[in-house]
Amino acid sequence: MAANADLFNKIRTALVDALGVDEDEVTPEATLVGDLGAESIDFLDIVFRLEKAFDIKIPRGELFPEDILTSTQYVQQGKLTPEGLAELKKRMPFADLDEFGKDPVVKNFVNQLTVQDMVRYVESKLATTA
Amino acid sequence: MRWIWIDKFVEFESGRRARAVKNLSLAEEHLHDHFPGAPMMPNSLIIEGLAQTGGLLVGERYAFEKKVILAKIPKATFHFPAIPGDTLTYTAVIEDINDDGGRVTCTSHVGDRLQAEVELVFAHLADDGRPRKLFEPKNFVFTLKLLGVFDVGGGPDGKPIPEPPGLARLRANVGANDTGL
Repeated sequence: MAANADLFNKIRTALVDALGVDEDEVTPEATLVGDLGAESIDFLDIVFRLEKAFDIKIPRGELFPEDILTSTQYVQQGKLTPEGLAELKKRMPFADLDEFGKDPVVKNFVNQLTVQDMVRYVESKLATTA
Repeated sequence: MRWIWIDKFVEFESGRRARAVKNLSLAEEHLHDHFPGAPMMPNSLIIEGLAQTGGLLVGERYAFEKKVILAKIPKATFHFPAIPGDTLTYTAVIEDINDDGGRVTCTSHVGDRLQAEVELVFAHLADDGRPRKLFEPKNFVFTLKLLGVFDVGGGPDGKPIPEPPGLARLRANVGANDTGL
């Protein structure tokens, strides 16, 4: 539990520094875009800070698989196809995509990612490098 | 007027850090408007100078092959106004850099006094094939020569920074000579 609290605190610091939000705004349920106001360039900033804070490498597209969301193979009429959704779930095992999966409109995707997803992502990275 | 907000580089360590100076003179026209009777260097232009210092550092890391733009200013703190007669020393340090961009921490000093602390995030523009006119090659070549990047530059091993192939190509394309004039 203590390790989890430490991990959450480090992520919160990264988000406070990158997004200029208050500490108490960074709750596990908060969405990065909707609640914390993250824009696309902020994700690069956040990735840099997480890499430094946890001494990990985050390859492009791992935390935010933009390639799937912009793929003509996986996106039709603004929605992810079942294959696209399956691919997204495979690439983002740390994220809870059940709600998004009910109506996978791509433009709503950015509002899915929560602080808790990010915590799970970092946990999974640390588990594989340990 | 050229959009150059540093006077020259005094240190340039490839991929790591750079220092540049900016002398403030009452002859600079903008200081008469900012503010009448109380001239001070606009903080936005100090950020621009820091961004030019850090941006060239980031650009050099990939041999100027990538298009570097200032994408974000996560933090900017100014401790006192910079006024005519001051020499600002800008220091930029690369904290993180990868194919997508770089994060740079910067300071501005007047003598030993810390005048400003600024964080900057640069992005590498994706080359999507569309023509972009953000950069004027001729000015860019001249600017690098005039600012003395290659006079003071060195790698971590202390060896001089060679002019990157991309720069030589750029110079050939615009017909500039070695003096940069």
